[in-house]
Formats: sequence, structure tokens, C-alpha cells
Amino acid sequence: MQRNASTDSIGPMISTRPLLAPSVILLLIWMIVPLALTLWFSMQRYSLLDASAGGFVGFRNYVFLFTDPNLFNALANTIFLVAGVLVASVVIGLACAVALDQQFPGRGIARLLCIAPFFVMPTVSALIWKNLLMHPVNGLFAYISRTLGLPVVDWFAQWPLFSVGVIVAWQWIPFATLILLTSLQSLDRDQVEAARMDGAKGLRLFRFITLPHLARSITIVVMIETIFLLSVFAEIFVTTAGGPGNASTTLPFLIYKVALLDYNVGWASAGGVIAIILANIVAYFLVRTISHNLDR
Amino acid sequence: MERPLTQRIFAAVAGWGLAIIMFFPILWMAMTAFKREPEAIASPPLIFFEPTLRNFEQVLDRADYLHFFFNSVIVSVGSTLLGLAVGLPAAYALAFHPGKRAKDLLVWMLSTKMMPAVGVLVPIYLMFKSAGLLDSRIGLVVLYMLVNLPIIIWMLFTFFREVPREILEAARLDGARPLRQFIHLLIPLTAPGIASTALLSIILAWNEAFWSINLTVSNATPLTAFIASFSSPQGLFWAKLSAASLLAIGPILVFGWITQRQLVRGLTFGAVK
Amino acid sequence: MKSVVLGGLAAMLLCGSALAQTTTLTVATVNNNDMVVMQRLSKQFEEQNPDIKLNWVVLEENTLRQRLTTDISTNGGQYDIMTIGMFEAPMWGERGWLVPFENVPAEYELDDVLQSVRDGLSFDGKLFALPFYAESQMTFYRKDLLEAKGVTMPERPTWKDIGDVGAKIHDPSNGVYGVCLRGKPGWGENVGQITPAANSYGARWFDEQWKAQLDTPQWKEALAMYVDLLNKYGPPGASSNGYNENLALFASGKCGIWVDATVSAGFLADPDQSTVIDKVGYAYPPYGKFDKGNHYLWAWSLAVPVSSKSPEAANKFIYWATSKDYIDLVAEETGWATVPPGTRRSTYANAEYIEAAPFAKITMDTIQSADVNGPTQEPVPYRGIGFVGIPEFQSIGTAVGQEFGAVIAGQKSVDDALKASQAIAQRAVDEAGYPKK
Repeated sequence: MQRNASTDSIGPMISTRPLLAPSVILLLIWMIVPLALTLWFSMQRYSLLDASAGGFVGFRNYVFLFTDPNLFNALANTIFLVAGVLVASVVIGLACAVALDQQFPGRGIARLLCIAPFFVMPTVSALIWKNLLMHPVNGLFAYISRTLGLPVVDWFAQWPLFSVGVIVAWQWIPFATLILLTSLQSLDRDQVEAARMDGAKGLRLFRFITLPHLARSITIVVMIETIFLLSVFAEIFVTTAGGPGNASTTLPFLIYKVALLDYNVGWASAGGVIAIILANIVAYFLVRTISHNLDR
Repeated sequence: MERPLTQRIFAAVAGWGLAIIMFFPILWMAMTAFKREPEAIASPPLIFFEPTLRNFEQVLDRADYLHFFFNSVIVSVGSTLLGLAVGLPAAYALAFHPGKRAKDLLVWMLSTKMMPAVGVLVPIYLMFKSAGLLDSRIGLVVLYMLVNLPIIIWMLFTFFREVPREILEAARLDGARPLRQFIHLLIPLTAPGIASTALLSIILAWNEAFWSINLTVSNATPLTAFIASFSSPQGLFWAKLSAASLLAIGPILVFGWITQRQLVRGLTFGAVK
Repeated sequence: MKSVVLGGLAAMLLCGSALAQTTTLTVATVNNNDMVVMQRLSKQFEEQNPDIKLNWVVLEENTLRQRLTTDISTNGGQYDIMTIGMFEAPMWGERGWLVPFENVPAEYELDDVLQSVRDGLSFDGKLFALPFYAESQMTFYRKDLLEAKGVTMPERPTWKDIGDVGAKIHDPSNGVYGVCLRGKPGWGENVGQITPAANSYGARWFDEQWKAQLDTPQWKEALAMYVDLLNKYGPPGASSNGYNENLALFASGKCGIWVDATVSAGFLADPDQSTVIDKVGYAYPPYGKFDKGNHYLWAWSLAVPVSSKSPEAANKFIYWATSKDYIDLVAEETGWATVPPGTRRSTYANAEYIEAAPFAKITMDTIQSADVNGPTQEPVPYRGIGFVGIPEFQSIGTAVGQEFGAVIAGQKSVDDALKASQAIAQRAVDEAGYPKK
């Protein structure tokens, strides 16, 4: 680790090496050892279920994955899912935060109810939504639309990616709410009152005072959620299994489907390497583009 | 300044409306847990029914709930404590003695979080096997610590950066050594932030399902594995599944509700302002 | 506590066993009803064998399969007894991962176990798993609905008959759907059901040179028929209905006809689960043009991995759980209709069982007539009726199942889906290097 005498540094020049070492070494092991193994496996013909498979195959596993007709579809689905859930959770999370920031009776309880979904395991929430709510025969939504004389929507067949998105968004809206609510409460009330005196009202007030104040928190929500959303798996596994067709197959699920199901370690590893590279690209741009926001 | 009545009514309706919509799936699940199986899929859905504990009896009869529960507690709390022990010094170094690469290092740490589990299951499984960590709580504690460490370090980093430099400077002039500074000044100053980091880490570890199911057999199985034994068995299963789900999320939900004030208080100190 | 220890000591002395302490067996099993009963009744086994303690791992099917495959293929040694099916048993046996059942004690009466089931669990003449229960397919229908419309179900219906009868009783405004079939994607879900139907139209997955055959007219005819039935007479959401969903629909009186696993007969006769107990009629599984390969064969079976540290104790438990005595025990506890079906000739020779289970003959006939080694009209290089017995089939079947699901959901045409399926299957076997050797 390089040291410098930047103004940020506090106190005598202590060596940061012993402080950083444990976490860096641990993360390196966690990152590098599987990565090295994965890189090595990704160039092998290696199937756990097929003893006859073996030997170095170079980039053949990568070629196999890159020629998969579903790869680009899976990438597109991943982007749609992540982007959709991000937008939904920020917008609805903001609405919840603003609503819960007002004074009204029972606000404390309402807040507890609003953040509850964040504590639910992904598998459980997928099971609840699939079986109790969205099921086209026994589900509550089907009953409601039948009662209203509307056609019954078969959610996971007609709107697979959207339905998965709804479940994932439901789990992450509370996180956005929590962060944005926290941020709202630290908004300078005097400033708001002053703006109100100047005749700023409702939406204008929100647009020019509240929203800029929230910019940093929104950035944080986007960053943290992206990290988690890129690896969404359980919700898809439990509900659509990537279907119908490949309508809700995302990149992690594609890797699972073409490689892990067969225990073809070569393909799974190649998929893993591709995903790691993509993740780093995303992380790089994400953090670069928003880092000025975090620096403030 | 008192707001007009209509506005206050609107605020109440909006707040409660959103809260009820968000909470409804959990409420519906909790209600289903107390229904009999045929009632669970009855049409029209039953809102009033005679509650039964039969589902809970059957679920508890089949699996030793407390065993799963304690594993979840041990693993999530253990991994969080370990994560703090490793993460605190790192965050301190990054916040107060940043090198040129500090930011790159943070980015890199966060990117390890995006490693897709399905792609590296086999290498990790083989590592765990050779280390004798399969089906051990220690193994899961270490794994979750690694999985959550980037988030822990990043959050702690944001809290540390908010500490006014003058305070630390004053302490230094008084002759406090870095370690003393750290323990007697920095930790108390950022305690709410550390608490909310710990809470988040506990919640994330509690809900992780992929590794916990694939790396455990019976000794170390947490509640996520408990759920895996109740999802989609044959026959009517909605009510039993709901009962099992309620048992699995109940503790963390209550824990989250009790501690949400600390969570929010901590967040206001650092990352969010 | 002390008495247990003393009892254990006494038992050990009596047996002259050299065991110094109790053996713990880790049993991995699927969360189906019959296994839950086994878990409950196994307390009796522990009482009879105080030196053996059982440690149960009960998981949902897909999770279980993933868990067990990881463990056995890496020689993990975490389990002593594994619950596996006909897909895994011969494949894992071939790779030397399972302890073969040799020198089975005479009192177990191995000959009593149905031949076709034993064949399905063997490789190269060696038996690698003992069946806990076995199933094939049959047709369930609602006698009352058919009577009301004055139609009858032939004893051996064709798929056309299913459509004709289904059309008569289809009454969605009253919440009754004519025909329920599986549409949920998965090699063990819709693919496992559509493949036997396709076999009966003369289709096959691969020819003898491992060229995929999914774009053939036979497949088109079969898939079009299946999808047509669901579109015309199926329940809403058929594309996400798997076994459980259909069982729930039929048991709650929402289906007129249902073609699926023979074990369902037991659930439909259980008053705790079913509202149609006395209204169910049973017929043979439907066929298209040929009756060869029109019904699959599956057996949930118990096997011992070579990595087990106590294979002898594990064998002891398996002999107990798959014995005639165990079947009698279940009959005593919960009645004859609920005993694990499809494994032993003696069950079907038992007058009490025949009395309690009107579906017994069809179950027995379909299981015995299923030939996993000759599943199709034209020759194939693989084994399995509802599946292709190669490791790659899990992902091929899953991907193809999603194509089928997309057709059922109305998002793709039969032709497009089969064209895509053809490409998926061919790509996978080419890359894996078939034909081998």
C-alpha cells in the first residue's frame, strides 16, 4: 500500500499496512483462489458427471457460451430487471419516504409495516407471491380480477420478467424508503420554511429543495441495490425457472441452467469468469460516475 | 406551523395506504398460516376463519426448529462480529490514512460482492471440503463474513469520514496514540454507525440462501434450509408453507422492528445525510 | 437416558457387535408425503437398532438433487443414504459412486421387487438402489362429471379420446376444466410428461448417431396435440402448473381429466387432501399411435454412496425401509391405500390392498410394462422413457421444457419451439462429445 502525505491523513504517519492487511488478504483469498481455480477450470473439459471428460481445451468453453443464442437475451433481461427494479424502488421508495415523513397518527407503526419486506428471505417472498398472490387459479389477485369481471392474468406466463421484478422490487423498496427517509429527516427545516415563505409550493419545493438534498442518498441506494440485484437468483429459481422460453432468464440463471445443472464445471467456470468481468466493468462505471456524489 | 386538516388527513391516508400495501403479502401469509389446507386455497378467499395451530404442530413435528433457529443466530451474529473485527481497522486505514489507491481498493472490494455464486460453487465447495469446513458453523461464519465484508468496510468508511478531523487532531496533540484514538474516541463517536452496520450485516447473513443450503447438511443448517424442506412438497401445502415461512422470518422481522430506530439513527451519521 | 445406553449395550453384546458407540446415519430425502411418513416411522427402526441413530435431511426435490450431486461427484462424504431416482441410479452406479446391492439377505426377497423397477435401477447387471416407491402414469377422471354428460372413458384411451371427453365436460364458468396436464418447465415436469406422449406418436429425442430428432413431424404432432388440449380445455395458468398444482386442482374438484403419476391415486383417496374421494375413475395412460413408451417409469429409491463411513448400517436401514414389513407397518398405521406403491409383487397379491386401492391393477400393469431400455418405436442410443439417461439431459431438458412452456403460454409456435429445442439438444450433445468412444 502506498502512503502519501495528503491532507486527508490524520496524525503521525502510521503504517496502514497491518490495519488493512487482514481484510485485503482475506478478500484476496476469497477473490483470487476461487478466481484462479475458476480460470483454470474454465479452460478444461471438466464435467463432474462425465468421467471421460478431461484435458485442456483453451477457450472452447468461452466460445460455447458466447455462441449460446440465449446469452444476449440473458444480458438484456439482466439489465431490464436491474434497471426496472432500481427505478421502481427509488420512485416508490421516495413516495413511501415522503409519506412517512409527514405527521399523522400511527406513523411509527406505519413505518414498521413499510420496511418489513426487507427482512423477508428471498425464497420466502418468492413463495408467498407465487403461491398466495399471483397464482392464476388459487391466488388472491386472480380472485380479485374474477370478482371485478376482468380477465385473469397468468402473471408468470404472460409477464414473467415483470412479475419477478415486482417481487424483487417489493423486497428492495423498504431499503430505499429507509435510506431516503433518514435523509429527508436531516433536511434543514428552516431552509424549507424559507423557501415556502418565498412562495415555493408543493412540487416546486420538492423539485428544487428536497430532490437535490436527496441526490447523495439516491446514489447510495442505486449503488448498493445494483450490487445485490445483479446476482438475483432465488426469486427466479422459485417462480419462473427462467421461463417461459427464456423470457426471464438472467445471466446468473443462464449460468445455472447451462452449466451447474449438468455439473459441467468447465462451462460454469467460463460463465463465472464472464460474469466477474462484467461485474467489474459495471462496478467501475458505477463508482466512477457517482464518486463525485459520494465525495461531497 | 399547523397544517390544514385536509392535508393531515391526506398524509395519514397516503402513509397508511402505502404501509398496508407493502405489508399486505406478509399479513396474508401470516393469516394463511393459521388456516386449514382447504381453507388456504378456498375461493372466495377467507378473511374470517377459525384459526388453527395444526400447521405449526405438523411443521414442528417434522423438523427441529430450534436447531435451525440457533444456527441462524450463531452464523449471522458470528459472521457480523468477525466482519467488524476485520473491517474496523481496514475502514480506519482507508478513512484516515488513505493511500493513492484507497478508492480503487474500495471499488475492488465492492466488486467482489458481485461474484455470481452459481459460477463458483464447485471451486468453493472443493475448498470447503479440503478445509473440513463443510456443514460447520465456522465455515458459514467465515463465508458470510467474506460475503458481507465489502459492505461492512464501505459503510464504516463513510461513518469514519464524517468524524470531524479537528477532534482527532486535538486528541493527537494531547498525545493520544493511534490505537487509543481509535478505541477511546473513534468507536464511541461512530457507535450508532457501527451498530447500524452490524444490524444490516446480521439481516443479510440471516437471509442468505444459496451458500447456506449448498454448504451445510444437518449440523450447521440455518433457517433457509428449514424453508427448503417445506417448499413444494406433494399435495396441498400452502398453509404449512406459510406456517414454516412465518417461523423462519418471524425472529428477524421482530429483531428488525426493534432495532430499526438504531438502524436509522446510525445511517444519519454517515452514508446518508 | 441411562436405560437407552444400557439397552444399547445389551443389544451390542447380544449381537456380538464390535461397535464401540452408536453409528449416526445421515439420510437425505425428498419432502414427498411417503418420505415424511418414513421419517416418522423410522423411530421404530431406531428402537429396534439402538446402535444406529438417524439424522434426517429433508429437502425439496430440485434442491436435494443439486445437493446430492455436488456431494457425490466431489466425494464429499456428507451422506450415508441418498434418495435418488431412475435418472441418477444407473448413471452414478456406472461411475462407481454407489455401493452395489450384492448379497442381499434372503429374507428381503429381492425377487419380490418388480423386475422392471430393478432394471431401471441397475447398470451392467448390478443393482445400485432399492426402490422405496415406484410410479408410472395413468389417467384420472371424474366419474360423476362423465356420467352427467353421458360419456364414458375407454379403459385404454387414445389422446384423441382424452380430447373428446374433455370437450364434453369442460365447463369453465362453473370452475371445472376439462383436461389438466403439466405445463411447468422442467425436465422432471412438462418434459417428463410430454416425452412419453411423443414416444407414442413415434418420436424420439436422438437417433442412434446422437442426431437430435426434435424437429420431426412426430414431435410436431405430439406437441401440437398436447398444447391444443391445454389451450382448449385446460385451466388458466397451465404453463406454470406442475405436479403439485395439478394435484391441488384435481383434488379440489377443478379438473375433469388428469393424466399423471400413478402415486397420485393414493392422495386422491385421502380425505385430508381430496374433496373428490369417491368420484375418481381410473384408466390406462393415453397413447397416440403406438402404445410403446407412452408411460414413463420412475422410482424414488435409496442408495448408499461409496463415501459413506457406515455402509453396513446404511444397508440395514435401506433393507428395513424398502421391506415387506415396512409396507405392512404403514398399512397398520394409516391404512392400505396409503402404502408406498409400485415396488413389490406381494403388495399387489394382497387382497386387502386390492380392496382398498381400486387403482392397483393399472399401477402394477403400467409399471411392469414400462421398458426403460427400449422406450421408443425406433431405436435410440439412450435409456429412460420420460427422460434421456445422460448427465447433460438436466440442462437440455430444462431448456427444452422452457420452450414447451412458451408454446403452452402462447408465446411461441410449435414449429419455432421445436426448432429451438432441436438446436439446444444438438449443441449440447455435440459439445459433450457424443457419440462417446
